[in-house]
Amino acid sequence: MTAAVAAAGVPDDVVSVTSRTASLRRLRRDPAALIGAAIVVVVAVCALFAPLIARVDPNAQNLTATLLPPAWIAGGVHEHPLGTDNLGRDLLARIIWGSRVSAIVGLSVVAIGGTIGVTAGLVAGYRRGRVDAVIARITDVQLAFPLVLLAVAIVAVVGPGLWTVIAAIGLTSWVQYVRVVRAETMSLREREFIVAAEAAGAAPGRVVARHLLPNVASAAIVLGTFEIARAIVLESSLSFLGLGVPPTTPSWGGMLADGRQYLDTAWWTALFPGLAIMIAVMGVNLLGDGLRDALDPEMRA
Amino acid sequence: MVAYLARRALGALWALIGVATVVFIILHLTGDPTSVMMPPESTRAELDAFRHAQGFDRPLIVQFGWFAVSAAHGDLGLSLRHQEPAMSLALERLPATIELAGTAFLIVALIGVPAGVLSALRPRTWIDYVARIVALIGQSAPTYWIGLMLILLFAVRLGWVPASGIGDWRNLVLPAATLGFFSTAKIMRLTRASMLEILEADYLRTARAKGLTGTRVALGHGLRNAWLPIVTQLGVELGTLLSGAIITETVFAWPGVGRLAVQAVFERDFPVVEAVVLLAATIFVVLNLAVDLLYAVLDPRIRYA
Repeated sequence: MTAAVAAAGVPDDVVSVTSRTASLRRLRRDPAALIGAAIVVVVAVCALFAPLIARVDPNAQNLTATLLPPAWIAGGVHEHPLGTDNLGRDLLARIIWGSRVSAIVGLSVVAIGGTIGVTAGLVAGYRRGRVDAVIARITDVQLAFPLVLLAVAIVAVVGPGLWTVIAAIGLTSWVQYVRVVRAETMSLREREFIVAAEAAGAAPGRVVARHLLPNVASAAIVLGTFEIARAIVLESSLSFLGLGVPPTTPSWGGMLADGRQYLDTAWWTALFPGLAIMIAVMGVNLLGDGLRDALDPEMRA
Repeated sequence: MVAYLARRALGALWALIGVATVVFIILHLTGDPTSVMMPPESTRAELDAFRHAQGFDRPLIVQFGWFAVSAAHGDLGLSLRHQEPAMSLALERLPATIELAGTAFLIVALIGVPAGVLSALRPRTWIDYVARIVALIGQSAPTYWIGLMLILLFAVRLGWVPASGIGDWRNLVLPAATLGFFSTAKIMRLTRASMLEILEADYLRTARAKGLTGTRVALGHGLRNAWLPIVTQLGVELGTLLSGAIITETVFAWPGVGRLAVQAVFERDFPVVEAVVLLAATIFVVLNLAVDLLYAVLDPRIRYA
């Protein structure tokens, strides 16, 4: 019995190790993915070390220096490289601190949505039958919802705040994982190494955790990257509508909501936070594209 | 085919019942919706009167029964703010949203598809790179920020078009471009990928070997065979545009369904929020159903049993 498991397990492990090295090599040769990875690292460093990187307090108001333009434009000063907002707060410092909200939201949403979605997808694909049908129904309902509206409605009822936003976005983001993981699981469960593990007497939980999960992981990771990007955009949209984090917490969407009112006099207040979102999301997207091509060369889209 | 149709229609109905249930649950997430719906400065007597009038003092299961029965009739109660039926308020705003989403859809189809084809036919040229960079920006930048930047450039700086409101076609250009940007990027990427895949197929090499010119092969044989996933995705995008114009309508003060939803959320007018969610979900579900059926018509190889 042990021999059967080992025979089924060993070649599989060997394959996955070599393909992992090959994937890494492909990723390292992809310039777009490297740019994406570099952007993600910069955002992560900003989020982790914001107090060390930002030279001034992001909430320090200076009502004698409101709406100052960026340093390279007449009227701008060196202390505020990207200028100041309507309360005289330093835009660069707020953008650096704002990366924290985006990073926390992006990672938490993937943790919530990924856990729910991958679990549901594995169970639906492996168990089939009634469980699968129930999960498929719930998936259909979730897919019918306009996502932004759903998130807005949840936040409006429960009240704004970082954790409400994370819960609202996280609970709407599981559905894509279910679709992908279920499909992968259904094709995997007929493969020899799964059949062998079952024949050797492995319990369903063990088959799912030890044999199926590692094999659907790469698809889930690729999807997770794109979900991070979506979560960052959705959080900033909620903050822009005034339904996100409280105004005292610097966030890119909140900065844009403030800057929107000064579009005709102080364009920099609306330009830079938006650029920050776009570059961060682009980095995650590029990395996701690269990961997809590297992990699964046949899945290029 | 009839059996398939019936099954799909039943599935769509199921999804809508689910959506209505979830909306009901969300509204009762915090327990008694009275505190959510009434202004915080209301007196105890006012709260009790409201609670009784709305039926919130009855058992939850009874409330859900009443909600289900009236929702099935399209009756979601009176708007707390305007004292009009919530669903008719939402329906009144629908034409403005259709106008906006329809224009955005034209942009998506007329720019996204040709740009994707060009980009696939001329890989690694400046056309390809420009198209891909624009697509990458469209997929990464938040809609409302694109909207703000378009306003900044074309309304504030150049003064070509008004920044917000509804009126003639000049009011429509910026919001439609904003709303359509993300979908255009998506369609462009999909078209490019489908075309590249088809262009490598053996029968295209044969066609070229027989002396047919590049463009003819590409359009006659390439696009002809690549367009199924594109048409499907276009249908999905139309549904997304119609049900997802919330942020764009807010930025441009466009008097559509999405803006009504955001206003209703801020005014705590929950019957209207329910009405909008149900309306948007219905449009989305029906359009997706239509796309699936269109698929069968477009591709004779697909037969539904």
